[in-house]
Amino acid sequence: MLKDQDRIFQNLYNDLGPDLTSSQKRGDWVNTKEITEKGRDWIINEIKDSQLRGRGGAGFPTGLKWSFAPKEVKSRPHYLVINGDESEPGTCKDRDILRFEPHKLIEGCLITSYAIQAHVCYIYIRGEYFTDGQKLQKAIDEAYEKELLGKNAAGTGWDLDIYIHYGAGAYICGEETALLESIEGKKGQPRLKPPFPALIGLYGCPTIINNVETIAVVPTILRRGGKWFASLGREKNTGTKIFCISGNVNNPCNVEEEMNIPLKELIEVHAGGVIGGWDNLQAVIPGGSSMPLIPKEKCETLTMDFDSLMAEKSGLGTAGVVVINKDQDIIKCMARIARFYKHESCGQCTPCREGSGWMWRMLERMSRGEASKDEIEMLEDVTKQIEGHTICAFGEGSSWPVQGLLRHFKDEIKKRNKFDPIVKENKDIPYLVDQHLLDKNA
Amino acid sequence: MSLRKPAKNQPENFVFNSSSLEAAKRIIANYPDGKQQSAVMALLYIAQKQNDNWIPLAAMKYIAKFLDMPYIKVYEVATFYSMYNLSPVGKYFVQVCTTTPCMIRGANKLVEACKEKISENELELSKNNNCSWMEVECLGACVNAPMMQINDDYYEDLDKEKTLKILDKVLSGEKPIPGSYRGRVNNEPENNRKTLMDLKNA
Repeated sequence: MLKDQDRIFQNLYNDLGPDLTSSQKRGDWVNTKEITEKGRDWIINEIKDSQLRGRGGAGFPTGLKWSFAPKEVKSRPHYLVINGDESEPGTCKDRDILRFEPHKLIEGCLITSYAIQAHVCYIYIRGEYFTDGQKLQKAIDEAYEKELLGKNAAGTGWDLDIYIHYGAGAYICGEETALLESIEGKKGQPRLKPPFPALIGLYGCPTIINNVETIAVVPTILRRGGKWFASLGREKNTGTKIFCISGNVNNPCNVEEEMNIPLKELIEVHAGGVIGGWDNLQAVIPGGSSMPLIPKEKCETLTMDFDSLMAEKSGLGTAGVVVINKDQDIIKCMARIARFYKHESCGQCTPCREGSGWMWRMLERMSRGEASKDEIEMLEDVTKQIEGHTICAFGEGSSWPVQGLLRHFKDEIKKRNKFDPIVKENKDIPYLVDQHLLDKNA
Repeated sequence: MSLRKPAKNQPENFVFNSSSLEAAKRIIANYPDGKQQSAVMALLYIAQKQNDNWIPLAAMKYIAKFLDMPYIKVYEVATFYSMYNLSPVGKYFVQVCTTTPCMIRGANKLVEACKEKISENELELSKNNNCSWMEVECLGACVNAPMMQINDDYYEDLDKEKTLKILDKVLSGEKPIPGSYRGRVNNEPENNRKTLMDLKNA
């Protein structure tokens, strides 16, 4: 288990209070000036050395992303945008950072803005987290009062303004370009890439978009050094991560742990075990609903990081672990996830808009046992026709969970679905005009 | 995608009152000059708050003029995002999360409770007209499942009995206390905490 002194989010459970004075006691805002004095290149290199990968799901190296921002500010200003549109089913880590560790995020915003030369930062928070957003706003006001934000923020000589922008219940706005559209006051429909936001983003200006957790760990990495962060976890999958363990476990919880922690330890030690014992485990969704599920046999030895989960044809995503035990109907669970995607598709690309509905309706019928054997192959075909044929990664996100179900629970579906569409006996249905062909004496 | 339609009975006029106007001006100042369109989402929230939890078409027309943008663009935004209510939902709007993590912990019982107490169908006002309910997608409090949201507040770690009690309060016009209903502290593992123990005992 990770040592307590290596935990970045000391106030994850709000033992100490989220206010500025308590945060300063925990080490936030202590030597922000000295950090920025070391220069932009040092900051970006240190983050590269730490091998920090984005915590929002895709796991893109953060230092590399920052280095895409233009080195000089020309006519267009640079922007920093923080993605707090946490809507992936199974994930609730950013909420705890917003309400209990807001100063880590704000300080991270200042350092990152300095590194990418942005004077304005927008924090996009999902509309449902209104009360948590208010808590963040309180922390921002506190920071302005103590001159940690605004002109010459925290004595660094850098001016920074932070504004909160509330979303309004659209999952797709977690996609970075949809998020930019949403800040611009439009429908949240993703843009085609390239051009990438690092060059043409918010209002057509260079924009860096990072997840809340990614930015919140930045100050601690710079204080303790990229080497320290890289010493946790394993190569290319370094550092700590907040895991959210929900579903059929005895003690669902959020916990910060080292990358590459065994899944079994996460469930047994921190979450108090599966309801009904480990043998009652059916499957685990390892990284939020978009990631394909993993059956029990593989859960025994699985370790939780980007690359080892990729090897299992799944992914770490947002590290929202949803545990499903044998009391649940796995097809029904996946049908509900398909309904989620059907509801949240933005409607821009046809394969996703129509296909997500198809997948949902087919899975609903399969859970009731009303599908025929052929339809299982057809469903697989539908997922393949959505995946990779859409503007954003929502197509993958909606089809991967279905593919995961088909990969590991095909037998279960086959066992339940034996509907035969061929009519073998005379039925009193007016539109079946060719029933005379069934006459065996003919 | 979800299909969303404006209400049939629409008020003739809508204007911001003085406090809404002030809030709106403050929001517009957050965005660069000439990019006031960015404030449309926040302004729709302000209109929704002023108009008893729903947005009439008149308010969209008003906001369009206010921000100097085409009415259709405001209408697009209002119908795209699911948190804008396009028809009256009552003073207390109950949203029950039924996505998989909540579903496998018994969210359907919460739906049953809503059907018993408020109304048989979603988005149908209760008999005293102060409350309605709706099934929604993941609200992002999965480790506190099952849960629901009433207006801005989260009610977590529920079961049917607790939900019935909360709904009784809501129907009598009282605001129940938000948070966990199992006495849980935030998102820590209940009675099973293994980390940061020094801080807990401090």
